[in-house]
Amino acid sequence: MIAALADRAYFVAAFLLLGIGSYMLIGDRNLVKKVIGMNVFQAGIFLFIVASAFVTGASAPLLSEPAPYVSPLPHVLILTAIVVGVSLTAVALGLIVRIYAEYGTLRADLVEEVGDGE
Amino acid sequence: MSDLLALLVVIPLLGALASLAAGIGRDRTGWYVAAATLAVQVAAAATVAGRVLTGDRISYAVGGYEPPFGIELVVDGLSATMVVLVAVVALGVLAYARRAGPRSNRFYTTYLLLVAGLTGMSVTGDAFNLYVFLEITGLTAYALVASGDRGRSAVAGLKYLLVGTFGASLYLLGIGYAYVATGTLNMADLSTQLAAVGYGSPLVRAAFAFVVVGLFVKVAMFPLHTWQPEAYAGAPDSVSALIASLVSTVSAYALVRLVLTVFTPEFLEAVPFARTLLAAVAAVSIVVGSLLAVAQTEIKRMLAYSSVSQFGLVVAALSVTNGTALVGLAVHLVGHAVMKGGLFLTAGLVSTGTGGRSVREYDGLAARMPVAAGAFGVLVLAMVGVPPAVGFLGKWYIVLGTLEAGAWGLTAVILLSTLLTLAYFARLLERMYFRDSPAGTADAAAVADGGDGDARGVSTGMYAAAVAAALLAVALSAAVPAYEAALAPTIEVLLP
Repeated sequence: MIAALADRAYFVAAFLLLGIGSYMLIGDRNLVKKVIGMNVFQAGIFLFIVASAFVTGASAPLLSEPAPYVSPLPHVLILTAIVVGVSLTAVALGLIVRIYAEYGTLRADLVEEVGDGE
Repeated sequence: MSDLLALLVVIPLLGALASLAAGIGRDRTGWYVAAATLAVQVAAAATVAGRVLTGDRISYAVGGYEPPFGIELVVDGLSATMVVLVAVVALGVLAYARRAGPRSNRFYTTYLLLVAGLTGMSVTGDAFNLYVFLEITGLTAYALVASGDRGRSAVAGLKYLLVGTFGASLYLLGIGYAYVATGTLNMADLSTQLAAVGYGSPLVRAAFAFVVVGLFVKVAMFPLHTWQPEAYAGAPDSVSALIASLVSTVSAYALVRLVLTVFTPEFLEAVPFARTLLAAVAAVSIVVGSLLAVAQTEIKRMLAYSSVSQFGLVVAALSVTNGTALVGLAVHLVGHAVMKGGLFLTAGLVSTGTGGRSVREYDGLAARMPVAAGAFGVLVLAMVGVPPAVGFLGKWYIVLGTLEAGAWGLTAVILLSTLLTLAYFARLLERMYFRDSPAGTADAAAVADGGDGDARGVSTGMYAAAVAAALLAVALSAAVPAYEAALAPTIEVLLP
C-alpha cells in the first residue's frame, strides 16, 4: 500500500492539493482565502495532468536521439489552463475589492448578513 | 464554406475589440457596434445552420492542423441550433439593453465576448478547447453579473465565480482522466479510443463522473445550483435575461455533446450506474427546483429556481437516450431559452415601470401595464406547457421518449412537474388579473402611465423584445415538425 502510494507520489500530492483547496474554497469565511483555495484546487489539477505526462528518465521531445520523451501536449494544455486561472484570480480579486468598498468587510458571513438586511 | 465556422467565433471577438476601440474616441458608441456585429453573426449563423440542417456536417481544422491532432471545429444539427439560438437571443436582448442595461462600451465588449464564448462552446469538437470556451463564457458571465451598480451584484458575481470555477475545474480533471486513458482530446477520436480502452476501466468511469458533475454545476442541477438564484437576482435585468436563456442552455448542450458523442450511449448501456446518476439527478432537480420556486417571494429568484427544474427535464431526456427524447431535448432547450429569456425581460420591464420585484407587487398588474402583463401571461402559460406553445411540444416529446424507454418513474415525475410549474406560475396570473393594485402604488403608477408612457424609463425596444419573445414562444411550435425532420440525420449519428 505504502509502496504503491510512493510510486504515485505526484498523484497523491495532486489529490492532497485538491482536498485542501476544496476545503478552503467551501469552508473558509474570508473571501481572499476562498480565492486562494480556488488557486490551490486548480494547482492540484494542473499537477495531476502534468504528472500524467512524466516518464522517469525521459528527455524533452526536441532531441532527435531515439530516447523516451515526455509528452509535450499536457504541458501546453496546462499553460493555457494557468492563463485561465490567472484571469479568474484577477476577476475574483477585483470583485473582492468592490465588495470591501461596499461592505467594509471580507468575511463572507458578514457580507451575507448585510445583504439580507437590504 | 467551412471557414465560416471559424468566423462564427471570430466575428464577436472582433466586434468586442471594435466596441472597446470605439469607446476611446466617443462614449455611447458601443451599442451600435454590438448591434452591427450581432446582425452579421445572425446572418453567418443562419447560413451555417441552413447548410447543416439540409444534411451536411461541416468541419474546420484550426490552423491547418488536421484532427485528431489539431483543434477541430465541427457543426451538426444540434450545435447549429445552439449557434443560431445564441446569435438571435443575444440580438434580441441587445434591443432591450439599449435602454435598460448598463450602457458603457466596456459592457458591450464583455457582452460580445460572452457571445464568442458561447458560440465557441457550441462549435468546438475538442474536449480541452471546450474547457477554454467554458472559462471564457464563465469569466464574462461573472463580470456581467457583477456589472450592476449595487454591492449585491458584486457578491453574486463572486459567488458565481467560485462555484463556477469549481465546476469547470472538475470538468478539466475529468478531461485529464480521459487524456490519461486515451492520449487524445478530439471528441470523435475520444469516443473510439475510450471504447478501445474499455468502459469497465476505472479511468474512463472517473472521467465520466468528473465531467458530468462538473457540467452539472454549470447547468445548475440540484444540489449544485446554489450560485444560480443569487446570480440571476443580483444581475442587471438585461444580463439576467441573457445569462438565464443562454449560459445554462449551452452548458446543457455541452453535457449532451460529452455524454452522447464522447462517452456514447454504449457507455450508458455498459455502466448502468451512469444512467441512474443522470436520471436521479434529473428527477430530484425537477421536483426540488419547483418546490423551491414555489417558496420564493422575489420574481427573479423564482424564475431562477424554475430553471433548475426545467433543466432537470433536459437531463431526464438525455438519460433515456432515444430519438424522440432527443428531439424533445433540442426543442425544449430552444423553447426554454426563448421563454425564460422573455420572462426575465418582462420582469425587468415591470420593475422598471412599477418598481415591483416581488410576487406581492404584481397585484393588479394587468390594469397598470397591460402589454407587459399580457406578454408575461403568454410566457407563463407556455412555460407550464399549454398546447399551442413550444413549451408544450418540448415536454410532449420528452414524455413520449421516457415512455418509449419504459422509464415510468421519470414520466410520472415530469407530469408531476407540470402541476408544480402551474403552482408557482398560477399565483402570478391570479395576482396580475384578478386583484386590485395595492392602494399605495396605484396612484404613483397611474401618474407614471399617465405621462408619456416613458416616465419611468420604459422604451419601445424593451417592450418589443418582451413581446417578440412571447410571440416566438407560440410561433416556434409551428416549426417543430420541420425541425424534427432536419434533426433526423444528426440523431442517427448520435444514437446509432
